[in-house]
Amino acid sequence: MRSHAKRLPGRPVILLLQLGVLIAFFLIWHVLTDTKILSPFFFGTPGAVLARTWADFASGVIWYHLGITLLETALAFVIGTVAGIAFGFWFARAPLVSLVFDPYIKAVNALPRVVLAPIFALWLGLGIWSKVALGVTLVFFIVFFNVYQGVKEVSPVVLANARMLGASSRDLFRHVYLPSALSWVFSSLHTAVGFAMVGAVVGEYLGSAAGLGYRIHQAEGVFDTVGVFSGMLVLTIFVVLIDAAVTMIEKRLLHWRPQDTSGGQH
Amino acid sequence: MLLFGQYAFPTKVIRPNDKDHTDMAEAAAAPALQLDGVTCTFPSPDGRGRSYTAVQGASFTVADGEFVSIVGPTGSGKSTMLNVAAGLLKPSEGRALSFGQPVTGINPKAGYMFQAEALMPWKSALDNVAAGLEFRGVSKAEARERALPWLSRVGLEGFGDRFPHQLSGGMRKRVALAQTLIVDPKIILMDEPFSALDVQTRQMMENELLDLWAADRKSVVFITHDLEEAIAMSDRVLVLSAGPGARLIGEYRIDLERPRDVAEIRMTPQFLDLHKEIWGQLRDEVLKGYAQTKLR
Repeated sequence: MRSHAKRLPGRPVILLLQLGVLIAFFLIWHVLTDTKILSPFFFGTPGAVLARTWADFASGVIWYHLGITLLETALAFVIGTVAGIAFGFWFARAPLVSLVFDPYIKAVNALPRVVLAPIFALWLGLGIWSKVALGVTLVFFIVFFNVYQGVKEVSPVVLANARMLGASSRDLFRHVYLPSALSWVFSSLHTAVGFAMVGAVVGEYLGSAAGLGYRIHQAEGVFDTVGVFSGMLVLTIFVVLIDAAVTMIEKRLLHWRPQDTSGGQH
Repeated sequence: MLLFGQYAFPTKVIRPNDKDHTDMAEAAAAPALQLDGVTCTFPSPDGRGRSYTAVQGASFTVADGEFVSIVGPTGSGKSTMLNVAAGLLKPSEGRALSFGQPVTGINPKAGYMFQAEALMPWKSALDNVAAGLEFRGVSKAEARERALPWLSRVGLEGFGDRFPHQLSGGMRKRVALAQTLIVDPKIILMDEPFSALDVQTRQMMENELLDLWAADRKSVVFITHDLEEAIAMSDRVLVLSAGPGARLIGEYRIDLERPRDVAEIRMTPQFLDLHKEIWGQLRDEVLKGYAQTKLR
């Protein structure tokens, strides 16, 4: 009997198709710039971009900048997450606080964070901390809202059951609130890591002396499109790698959750 | 049924640890549970000042080792009374006593089996059973070791590392039962614990519960809307009127022989007589309750 849903091909086929899209993209880019339909000056050429990226890695010059960007990303992510969890818990458990601060939280969250970058540069200098601060303002709110939701959405029956079994308020935190909130945090982890990186790169872009954002900015300054695309390529590769690592961590820590059959990320 | 082949029920129940009951004398003196004129009033959900009285002046006692069922139509505040007994809810008027002690805050002598899913979904079956011991300061390793025999006692040997979502509804109820019993409560409060199960699983669970209960005769307050279930299992059946302002309107002693098989006892003439008698009173209340839910 045939099922109603269309049968999808297996994982290896999907991977091959994904690879195909990538190759097709580079091929079209190559053909268009090679035939001068698109000017190589404005669009670079895939060959040159790959060669430049390779050369940067071979000479080792990119590692330093990549390291700076990754460090900023990691710091922004960790600080933002820890603060988000702490404040999320506090607000969820103190209804008065959350009611009073509600409009201000929303106001600050609605603010485009880019406008803060120069202020942070002024306060914290051109080193890594102004970028970390920018990343934190982005990560914090994502984690904060998710923890708040996670604590609020704890099933009252599960809570009452734990209390009947003799759980103290510390036990409730450790065995009920924290696991529930963490499941929400992890579902937002992909977005949070992405935003940490955005904060770092945008911060570098607007004023710094090192990092991938700085490299891209420098390249743009001298109309070096190949350099810009090379920077973007490196950035993309590492975002994909970090995202894969997050997926692995998520699978390990959230194995108690029913498998999402659609398998999609939000 | 094939479904149950993989986790056959143990027919014999072995007591987990034969502790000597030193508090036996104290328990015999005071009833396991005593509700004194308990009234519970809630503010109306629409906030327009009209309050809703779920239970009105309920008074009853449950003796030590007694199995008491409370039946009543939907929305008659059965769960409300149980929550008062558990200490999860403070009554607007009246009070609850458990073994002579006023219930203020969580009743430490009570175990509670909820109608809805109450297992912690992030803990495995074994860790869910062990949770109560952990909350009491037992180390994780020891709590797990002591939880293992309880899992096999409810017929879930080898399922310890499953998470709740990987278990069937009946299996989750078994885990919940072991979770409640492992901390050795003196009185067990059960709020329609088997109402979500299919008929076969339900009867097996009922027999299972009776076996476990017979092993060490804890007091049980069993809430159900199913009169047959109530009669088949209990020593005494209390009938609650339709809400709002539900009151206790009937009390019936069930002197059927024990041990019972819940499926077979339903066929005996004594059972049918009792059922007829209680249903005569309950039916009117059910109709009233039904009319009210239609109005709402």
